[in-house]
Amino acid sequence: MDQKKMNMEKKIRVLVAKPGLDGHERGAHVVAYGLRDAGFEVIYTGLRQTTKQIVNTAIQEDVDVIGLSILSGAHLSLSQKVIEGLKTQDAEDIIVIVGGIIPEEDIPLLKAMGVCEVFTAGTPVSAISDFISASISSN
Amino acid sequence: MFKKMEKAKQIENSWDSLVAGVRAGNVRAMARLITRVEDREPGWKDAMKAIWPHTGNARIFGITGSPGTGKSSLTCEIAAELVSRGLSVGIIAVDPSSPFTGGALLGDRLRMKKIFNLKDIFIRSMATRGMLGGLSQAARDVVRIMDAFGKDIILIETVGVGQDEIEVVKAADLVMMVCIPGQGDGIQALKAGVMEIADLYIINKADLPGTDEVMADIQGMLELSSEIGYPVAPVLKTSALKNQGIKDLVETLLTHQAGKNKQEFKRGIQVKEEILTLMEREVFRSIRSRWEHSGELAEAVQQMIDKKKDPYSTVTEMLDHILKE
Ligand SMILES: Nc1nc2c(ncn2[C@@H]2O[C@H](COP(=O)(O)OP(=O)(O)OP(=O)(O)O)[C@@H](O)[C@H]2O)c(=O)[nH]1
Ligand SMILES: [Mg+2]
Repeated sequence: MDQKKMNMEKKIRVLVAKPGLDGHERGAHVVAYGLRDAGFEVIYTGLRQTTKQIVNTAIQEDVDVIGLSILSGAHLSLSQKVIEGLKTQDAEDIIVIVGGIIPEEDIPLLKAMGVCEVFTAGTPVSAISDFISASISSN
Repeated sequence: MFKKMEKAKQIENSWDSLVAGVRAGNVRAMARLITRVEDREPGWKDAMKAIWPHTGNARIFGITGSPGTGKSSLTCEIAAELVSRGLSVGIIAVDPSSPFTGGALLGDRLRMKKIFNLKDIFIRSMATRGMLGGLSQAARDVVRIMDAFGKDIILIETVGVGQDEIEVVKAADLVMMVCIPGQGDGIQALKAGVMEIADLYIINKADLPGTDEVMADIQGMLELSSEIGYPVAPVLKTSALKNQGIKDLVETLLTHQAGKNKQEFKRGIQVKEEILTLMEREVFRSIRSRWEHSGELAEAVQQMIDKKKDPYSTVTEMLDHILKE
């Protein structure tokens, strides 16, 4: 039997991070609190994180998932940098999801670079937590 | 998804290679070992057994105090100062889990951004996970893993409100109690339970008015407690915001030597508590999993719901049954 399912003490850990320069924290707050209420351990690091800080944090905290909240329009380059950072640290098993203002046509591009799922603004947090639970238990 | 996982570059997850990785200074191995031990995955005690011989070199400082007193900001400044002195630092930042959902929002890193990319700093956020006494054990394990990795100093931040949070700083050699101006009444409230564990008082936010008043309050309290035999702890002023008083604080931390007798006494209490906690949790874990698997627990619950049995005789009967075997 799957060890993760058997072990009651296993907790799913999620890093909610805001890379880049936009100063709007509300969306990330809603997601962070919502995921906490869904039973996850959420590490929240606030605004204006560099992608290097995000990768370092994800590794030290050994999170299962990184959720990037991006409203600045720079989602392609920022996501790319995080995913490359994870790769160079042998941490490709950490799932990356992206949320925020993401144009429809960029979603396939994000997925092609290794982003697991994209949640556009207005997605209920329950959709995000369901996705995370399903992804982790299928590993 | 599964296909991606197969190809993904990731670390070797076995206990042996994680322990070896920690010894070799591999950050990712340390982070993963902490997770597996914290999750109490089968085999965790053997892994800790392998870690144990490599521990005992780090110094462990606890930082506690009411919410919002600036513990994380101070931890960040202290860590930066220690690193500038050539020391390698591990930080454990503890926040409470929700008793209802089991989830937690771990936000201490918010105030530590400026040290995220220093290679001599490793920060780990931990949730209390609801089990009384369990946290201090888990924190102790994390301390040991960081110690075996080669950290010189380990800082543990916890909120000093609940019993569980105060428990955790018992894993420390020295405990700092953080207070702030305007907290006069708070000092009174802190007395019980905290007095015994604080070795050092810090008045943070000393850039704000009211610093001298709170200083007088704390010294008054310390004077009272010295009359009943507690040693008088030093009181220092800092401003994490303006980076004032940090060098003095670090100097005090590094040179602090509790009286040998007190140290040994404390050590004795810590070790005894650790053994008892471990034993308690192991006994509980094994009994519970047996009861759950055999269906006896579900049966007992049903009988109680149906009012056929009371909880007192249920527990007595179950225990008698086990002790007879
Ligand atoms: N004026 C002033 N503000 C400070 C100082 N240190 C911290 N703060 C502010 O106090 C607030 C709380 O700081 P934290 O470091 O998060 O406090 P904490 O004790 O870790 O908080 P919790 O972990 O939530 O209990 C923040 O807004 C800080 O900027 C200081 O020395 N002076
Ligand atoms: Mg804090």
